[in-house]
Amino acid sequence: MSRTNVRKVRRLIQGNEAVVEGALAAGCRFFAGYPITPASEIAELFAERMPQVGGVFIQMEDEIASLGAVLGASLAGAKAMTATSGPGFSLMQENLGFGCIAEIPCVIVNVMRAGPSTGLPTSPAQGDVLQARWGTHGDHPIIVLAASSVWDCFTLTVEAFNLSEKYRVPVILLSDAIVAHTRETIELPDPGTLKIVDRVKPTMPPEWYIPYQDNPTGVPPMAAFGDGYRYHVTGLIHDVRGFPTQRVDEITSFMSRLFRKITQGFQEIFITSGFMLEDAEYAVIAYGSVARAAKRAIREARDRGIKAGLLQLITLFPFPKRTVQGVLSKSKGVLVPEMNLGQISREVKRVNECMTKVYKLNRIDGQGIKPQEILAAILQMWEELK
Amino acid sequence: MTNSLRYEIRITGSGGQGVVLASIILAEAAGQFEGLYAAQSQNYGPEARGGYSMAEVVISKEPIDYPFVISPDILVALNQEGLNRHKEEIKGDGFIVVDTSNVVHVPEGRVIKIPITEIAIEETGKSMAANLVSLGVICGLIKIIKKTSFERAISARVPKATEALNLKAFEAGIRAAKKIKLSKLPPPPSEELIEDL
Repeated sequence: MSRTNVRKVRRLIQGNEAVVEGALAAGCRFFAGYPITPASEIAELFAERMPQVGGVFIQMEDEIASLGAVLGASLAGAKAMTATSGPGFSLMQENLGFGCIAEIPCVIVNVMRAGPSTGLPTSPAQGDVLQARWGTHGDHPIIVLAASSVWDCFTLTVEAFNLSEKYRVPVILLSDAIVAHTRETIELPDPGTLKIVDRVKPTMPPEWYIPYQDNPTGVPPMAAFGDGYRYHVTGLIHDVRGFPTQRVDEITSFMSRLFRKITQGFQEIFITSGFMLEDAEYAVIAYGSVARAAKRAIREARDRGIKAGLLQLITLFPFPKRTVQGVLSKSKGVLVPEMNLGQISREVKRVNECMTKVYKLNRIDGQGIKPQEILAAILQMWEELK
Repeated sequence: MTNSLRYEIRITGSGGQGVVLASIILAEAAGQFEGLYAAQSQNYGPEARGGYSMAEVVISKEPIDYPFVISPDILVALNQEGLNRHKEEIKGDGFIVVDTSNVVHVPEGRVIKIPITEIAIEETGKSMAANLVSLGVICGLIKIIKKTSFERAISARVPKATEALNLKAFEAGIRAAKKIKLSKLPPPPSEELIEDL
């Protein structure tokens, strides 16, 4: 997918601030949330910025209600989001499933901190990767993105809204305290230079509207409550008119459409970024803040004559299988560093199909992974395989 | 060397000394007003005052890959604890600036001694201005950011009522730095020692 490169207005801001600017640029006009470290700045800044743009900021009583309010706002036609960290994200899982089955566009930012439970509130981690994919119950489609920098926080929030609106699916943007709290210089693009996607609305008269009718994209037009189109929204598996069904043919066509709309969009949904990969014999696959330490480690490995390269995963789910397999098939060894005990390395191994050797580098002590650690792991891998 | 494109500055002190604000102004001077790339981060304990506080800035002409300090070119230590924690980490040709008003045990080697807090009190009557004196010292010792960029960053960041006072503290820092001759510092340790991980 083409990512915008038009840069203007130089500012030094935190990742969390960039999320807010990205959301507003994408057209988000509703935020409901409950403050939590290390995501609080997002709510704080929305409280200031939303009234300025005629949007709504509401602090809810908890995270369950926060996502509930977001889903309601989205059904009423607004681009809506919330932001939280691990403990709050756990509370959102039930409503997240509702968003998936009722196909309600929304964006959830999870600034990951070390867990489980209240864990280490101020320390970075990447422990919620699989929860973002599988946290809510049942087979469900979902899109998960991972930001690695302040610039990412801006562009990926825009991207998250675009994908969410286009595919009518909740999109989760993962970051961590390193990405969220580091201030970096970025040039915010002029509004108008960004690609903004809005959900497709029905154009037929209200009495002809069939809210969940299939079409070639698999994404039915979405009427806003209040526009005169009356329809039923439920968490039960429903027929094309939105009413609960137990008929096998209707269940099958509904569920397969939910997944088909995402698989048809793979080309656009998979976002990855390669660094010195062309001639790489040893690859690092990383995401989020760890990808930046990996980039530096790869430069230093190259200085030592080792042909190393980085595949940065920006879309974590759906898992970019083909791209990862392309790297696996060309590499003597692959290292997957992450701030958990191996949540993405598990996916990498799943698609590896014995093509190459997959190494892990993990930290779960609330500390970021340093370039030196990744370099040492690359050197060790190189020693073993050269 | 891969690191030559990066310039890394770490400022440590105790909570309330304005270490984080100093680092933000430094990053804004570099990133917003000088047109370089800058990344700023901080680390501090739960205390509002006292305790340990650390802030750092990475400055580069190129986009910054790793946003944290790997090995600082300059370490500014406003208290003893910050110095003790980080004195071993400086780059071979880097140096430490020690606030001799607060630090008792000053290490040997490439160390610059300046009574930063005393200067702040002398110039402005407030020890709180030590962070702006530090910025002046940094400005006087490094060549990559112009003085005017610092001044614009300071004016944009501090409250209007204290702008004059802060600029005065900043000027005093520059004057203090002008008396320092970097060439008089002991030579950096030999390359082999640095290369040896």
